[in-house]
Amino acid sequence: MTEKYKKYNDINELPLHYKPAHVIRTMLDSRQISPEEIKTETLKRIAKIDNKINSFLRLCDINNDSGEKNAFWLNIPIALKDNIATKNIITTAGSRILENHIPIFDATVTKKLKDQNAFIVGKTNLDEFAMGSSTENSAFKKTVNPWDYSCVPGGSSGGSAAAVASGMAYMALGSDTGGSIRQPAALCGVCGMKPTYGRVSRYGLIAFASSLDQIGPFTRDAVDMAHALDAISGHDSKDSTSSDSAVDNYSAAALKGYDFKNLKIGIPEQYFTGGIDAGVLNRVEAAIEEFKKLGATVVKVSLPNSKYAIPVYYLIATAEASSNLARFDGVKYGFRAPEYKNLKEMYMKTREAGFGAEVKRRIILGTYALSSGYYDAYYKKAQKARTLICQDFENAFKKVDVILTPVTPSTAFKFNEKTSDPLAMYMSDIFTISINLASIPAMSIPCGLSENMPVGLQILGNYFQEAKMLAIAAEFQKHTDHHLCMPAI
Amino acid sequence: MNYEAVIGLEVHVQLNTKTKIFCSCSTEYSGNEPNTNVCEICSGQPGTLPVLNGAVLERAIKTGLALNCKIAARTKFDRKNYFYPDLPKGYQVSQFDMPICSSGYIMLGAAESGEEKKIGITRIHMEEDAGKNVHGADGKKTFVDYNRGGIPLLEIVSEPDMRTPAEAKEYLEKLKVILKYIDVSDCNMEDGSLRCDANVSIRPVGEAKLGTKVEIKNMNSFRGVQKALEYEIERQNEAVKNNAKIFQETRLYDEAKGITLSMRKKEEAFDYRYFPEPDLPPYDISADTVVKIQAGIPELPDAKFKRYLKEFSLSAYDAGLISNNPPLAYFFEKCTDDYKNYKVITNWLLGDISKKINESQQADISKTNIKPAHLVEMLELIDNGTISGKIAKGIIDEIFNTAETPRQIISRLGLVQISDNDFIINIIKETLGENQKSIDDFINGKAAARGFLVGQIMKKTKGKANPKLVNEMLDAELNKLKLQ
Repeated sequence: MTEKYKKYNDINELPLHYKPAHVIRTMLDSRQISPEEIKTETLKRIAKIDNKINSFLRLCDINNDSGEKNAFWLNIPIALKDNIATKNIITTAGSRILENHIPIFDATVTKKLKDQNAFIVGKTNLDEFAMGSSTENSAFKKTVNPWDYSCVPGGSSGGSAAAVASGMAYMALGSDTGGSIRQPAALCGVCGMKPTYGRVSRYGLIAFASSLDQIGPFTRDAVDMAHALDAISGHDSKDSTSSDSAVDNYSAAALKGYDFKNLKIGIPEQYFTGGIDAGVLNRVEAAIEEFKKLGATVVKVSLPNSKYAIPVYYLIATAEASSNLARFDGVKYGFRAPEYKNLKEMYMKTREAGFGAEVKRRIILGTYALSSGYYDAYYKKAQKARTLICQDFENAFKKVDVILTPVTPSTAFKFNEKTSDPLAMYMSDIFTISINLASIPAMSIPCGLSENMPVGLQILGNYFQEAKMLAIAAEFQKHTDHHLCMPAI
Repeated sequence: MNYEAVIGLEVHVQLNTKTKIFCSCSTEYSGNEPNTNVCEICSGQPGTLPVLNGAVLERAIKTGLALNCKIAARTKFDRKNYFYPDLPKGYQVSQFDMPICSSGYIMLGAAESGEEKKIGITRIHMEEDAGKNVHGADGKKTFVDYNRGGIPLLEIVSEPDMRTPAEAKEYLEKLKVILKYIDVSDCNMEDGSLRCDANVSIRPVGEAKLGTKVEIKNMNSFRGVQKALEYEIERQNEAVKNNAKIFQETRLYDEAKGITLSMRKKEEAFDYRYFPEPDLPPYDISADTVVKIQAGIPELPDAKFKRYLKEFSLSAYDAGLISNNPPLAYFFEKCTDDYKNYKVITNWLLGDISKKINESQQADISKTNIKPAHLVEMLELIDNGTISGKIAKGIIDEIFNTAETPRQIISRLGLVQISDNDFIINIIKETLGENQKSIDDFINGKAAARGFLVGQIMKKTKGKANPKLVNEMLDAELNKLKLQ
């Protein structure tokens, strides 16, 4: 049997398709490679392997030559999750109801990357409307885990995670409502970050749960993550929930690194109390040991209200989703049932045929949670619990710089393993969900393998502390080689 | 048993901002081709987000202050969820439990009876307008035009403080005048910039508890509101008389038939599943902002009315007419700066000039050619004897036609009053010579004959003879003839 993966000794050993974007940048700038070559090589790789991986819903070849000439992402192949609007290019959110939907505008992040003249390779697969943890809820195709094709890539941004993990894009954007970036990043062995709510504009992101959704990148390493965040962060006058607080220079922070002698790490006791696979626990604890060896201080913190995170999340997220998805009614765009007798029947047949089972389940849950007579008991109570969860983190970050936790309780699971048990699927988000409820930033970085499958380490930061988190992650990667382990494809 | 009606009104007004409430589309949509005044935001494209137009918040606060409301220190938007084709997002962004304004009032009755009545305003909130369904001529297809979608609306909800349909109409008229003064809306019910739903119930006089409430929709004029309420109160009274049950329901007014018809019963009412709009953060309104907006509010009709009584000694009737007509009040006050016989100004404004405005079919005096300086100049020319009142009426006509000043008109038409005694006595003598019968009649006690003679004299001078001199000199001549 051939090796499932290969561990490279240093960055220079990596083949072109697995090199980090900052290496490609240097190669382009020093003319070791031309923009045409990198483009051709990437498209060749996609042609070769995406028929197996199924990351892309469609390729789009956006690369005009009018943008910023000194931009970091100039001519570097990247991918966008298909719930991010691209003008004149079909954007489906993984749903039958938007199968042929062509946006008339660019999402703010799309525009920012176009302005950088990045080479946008294509749009990636996802769970329908970003609802799911395995990308199995896509109406169109099954994306596989590049490390083991019988396993899911995670979700909902499974296509973006798999594209970066398999060397089909040097960076990909996803969206994270309850773990949809960090969980697939962990399961596919790449870096993934959910920035602070409001750090990146949501304009043009097809909404799932507006108060939780946040766009973020997948990259090979922390330095690339910093460059990606540099490109997409900042206040947007089109998004009233975007923050106008100053944006740090993330790449400068990552390149500078971090003195671990001044690093105080928090370990939340409630996140290490069973329910975690031994292999995963082992890798995460080993990573924490590595931080200690590098000089960091580790203390216990308490996040007692995290135990409410899953029910709170599934009330708030479904309530918002039930409203956000009301616009898909067959009237203005997207799919409309071909035959109907009256308006009500048009609505019902359109939504019946247009939405998948998980989306319908969440619309029903959310509609119920908001219904007259139940609102106080469910939605309102969930909002109160959400405040408590926020306070937990605020208290913890008074004592520590970052918090480390697992990203997922297990490595990538098999297809169909959890589709018949929605609750088991929901539980796989247990370590990621409270972060969205608290609006804080968090990232997943590779921290080794368990039974040949990648394990992620989650780094949580306080509000708008992305620069510190990236500096810490970059420093960690300077001294470790987990991020140099690649699937053998 | 005697029953009384209890009426509350819900009024929607479109704000006259330049752009829509959450995007930069223009608010000028009437007459546009369907769906040409839309963008990705107001047509609810996937991924779009709302951004509040600051002018909407400002006008909402201004309205609240003008209606004596409390302005919220913190306000937020909520989603009102329901499916309808004209609602592009499947929800309307509105306000539920933290409206921008609350607990205000409007005073009624000052001008009419002098007896004031306070009508409470429960709340005012901001929301977006919907598009419009257009039904095809074949009766099968329905089209949707989103041009109106996202036009900013204020919903102004009154307390159930009105007791008669006439009071409801007066409330609407007063509300409209106030909103016109602060220039936040065109308030035109015919073209939909003001819409009104009415809640009405009846109860035995003296009973404190409210009866079963019926909501009436689809009224297209203030008069229509009054008519619909009159019908509905009568219907409820009849029902009580016949021991029939009054249902809590929504009824539509059929203007052609003058009746209300049941649209849906309470059990069929929507559950709007309100929840806080996550795409818009709450807004904090500083005391400073409120003070600044307050400073921009002009004198309102009630204050004007009282000042006109006191400062200009107008009758309550006249003061009411002028103070309830913002352009007319502006015109009137401009005139009073330079001309101090206020009663005379009032008479001209409410008499000949108002008549001309009606004839010209203009909305108000500001849309016509006459300016305050015109009226002041004309009144001064009357006072100094240059023209007669009769000539002045002709001059008003000319101003409306040409916008010339009274002096320009007088000089163009040669209208200067003739006060030359010799000229006038010659005309009088000439006229008397031609009308022996009238002289005989007058001497025989028929006073009307004198009027006829004055008319003849004025005719010969084309109305230019100074009427005071004509009267004096004619009397002298007639006296002489009497004595003969």
